[in-house]
Amino acid sequence: MLPLYHENEKNVGDLKQGSRILLVDGVTLSFDGFKALNNLSFSIDYGELRCIIGANGAGKSTMMDVVTGKTKPDSGEVIFGQAVNLLQMDEPAIAEVGIGRKFQKPTIFSGHTVFENLELAIKDDKRFFKTLFANLKGEQRDKIEETLELIGLQELSKKSASILSHGQKQWLEIGMLLVQDPKLLLVDEPVAGMTPSEVEKTGEILTSLSGNHSVVVVEHDMEFIRSIAKKVTVLHEGSVLAEGNMKDIQENEKVRHVYLGE
Amino acid sequence: MKRKPMILKIFENDRGGQIVLGVLAVVVLYVTFANLLFSEGSFLHISTYTVTLLGKYLAFALLALSLDLVWGYLGILSLGHGAFFALGGYAWAMYLMLQIGDRGVYGNAELPDFMVFMNLQELPWFWYGFEYPLFAFFMAMFVPGLLAFVFGWFAFKSRVTGVYLSIMTQALTYALMLAFFRNDMGFGGNNGLTDFKDILGFSLQDDGTRVLLLILSFLALVLGYLISRYIINSRLGRVAMAIRDGESRVRFLGYRVESFKLFIFVVSAVMAGVAGALYVPQVGIINPNLFSPLFSIELVIWVAIGGRGTLYGAIIGAFIVNYASTYFTSALPEVWLYALGGLFVVVTLYLPKGIVGIVKKEKNVTAVS
Repeated sequence: MLPLYHENEKNVGDLKQGSRILLVDGVTLSFDGFKALNNLSFSIDYGELRCIIGANGAGKSTMMDVVTGKTKPDSGEVIFGQAVNLLQMDEPAIAEVGIGRKFQKPTIFSGHTVFENLELAIKDDKRFFKTLFANLKGEQRDKIEETLELIGLQELSKKSASILSHGQKQWLEIGMLLVQDPKLLLVDEPVAGMTPSEVEKTGEILTSLSGNHSVVVVEHDMEFIRSIAKKVTVLHEGSVLAEGNMKDIQENEKVRHVYLGE
Repeated sequence: MKRKPMILKIFENDRGGQIVLGVLAVVVLYVTFANLLFSEGSFLHISTYTVTLLGKYLAFALLALSLDLVWGYLGILSLGHGAFFALGGYAWAMYLMLQIGDRGVYGNAELPDFMVFMNLQELPWFWYGFEYPLFAFFMAMFVPGLLAFVFGWFAFKSRVTGVYLSIMTQALTYALMLAFFRNDMGFGGNNGLTDFKDILGFSLQDDGTRVLLLILSFLALVLGYLISRYIINSRLGRVAMAIRDGESRVRFLGYRVESFKLFIFVVSAVMAGVAGALYVPQVGIINPNLFSPLFSIELVIWVAIGGRGTLYGAIIGAFIVNYASTYFTSALPEVWLYALGGLFVVVTLYLPKGIVGIVKKEKNVTAVS
């Protein structure tokens, strides 16, 4: 039985700067004997911007799958806020409680216009009967316009999302995450395929979000991480190898060995 | 600013729907008057045969519309939509059977002929209540809707999609066909239900009744179209299309995908059931062949040829293919199935958006140049 919505609201608790928003504790997940996650434990604070790095197969995307409800682990605990057990919830319930996700490959709805993509994502009552009669409220429309401006797609708002370039699709998906207004954003490779100026702007957007939101960024682009990161977590073979600020991480022997290949 | 009536709002930006339904309205009106006002022999007269044929096409158009709703917008290729149509048809046929009374061959006022023939002494329990037209009509919608709900509940909850789901819908209609072919099911076996005499007190042989059924079929099609268009124009419709294009992404936005699928699937099944109930009195017979997978696949071809994901394309497709079928099966019966197959191949290869796609493409070209 899925927990009721208002119960979740209560269990998230009072989130303030510095309190814990996400706890991943001892999570293990194996596929046919291969341990994709191996006793993975870490936590994210409210308002924090955290970067997660790791080689291919280190378990970054799998970790996101577990947190967003796509995959259930074999053991361990994932707690959101003070007491919301995410492992008991399905994807829509987890989205509703306030976790948004941007995928590695930009997944936008190509059959819809740019504006409609944002409309679908916007924070609202998402039960099917409500959507049958739903109309955008004034402040929601403003929020979408504001976001369109931020991601630089106002001119294209009435155009089909299928005509966007790769970088524009990335931004549209970031925009969808913004209008969804989640408490915790999981962002998978946001700058892949972007030009340097686009990368810079994405960094600004993500940094400006932290404070009122918690942001977890998974990236390969080390320069980008250096430019935004305060705290970095390194994953290796499904568990945390090291955690700390960028400087410490770069000097860490183990990290140099397994990740930077030195 | 004056608020527009809802009906006009639904048709806003829907030129295709305006044109198709407008043309149909003119045709139905013309046929009605030409049949009733001019006597037989006048060259302006239109035969009752044509009236009935047009009524049948309208029922098929409503069925095609219901399929387009789930296939074109939700991405579920149902290869068993004929089952909902047939169930609706059977429910209404049961009412029509009980109206025959003692005018059957055996003159039994209580039991339809086939039951007398099978030595049944009394009406089976599941025939109770079908002498009341309101109940029968309710069942013509309820039974297909319930089947769609139960089937959808299990299929969508377990996240069966794509080809597997299509095969399951096919199996569903096939199983029902086998069941309805059995004589001891109590639905007339392979002979089906036929020999209807009256509907709501009017003789089915009367021209007036036929014309009335034609008009009712048209109104049902318009209503079905309005409901479908309303759903598609709402945010729910946009969520449905998003599910079609990227189901798992929709879940991460917080929409419970199964509920959306279930809602549209059930609405579609109810519409198909109504279409079946309108089909039966006009054609005068229903038998288990309507459950055959072949019929359901043919139905998919109508929608593909007309152009899926447009609603009015489904109506066009249903008319064109069924008109061609009527023409070929009397003029060149041996050619028809090849022609249908060939048409499907040509459309799939060269007109992925169906006949509607040709018109739209030309419009785009002129708009650019």
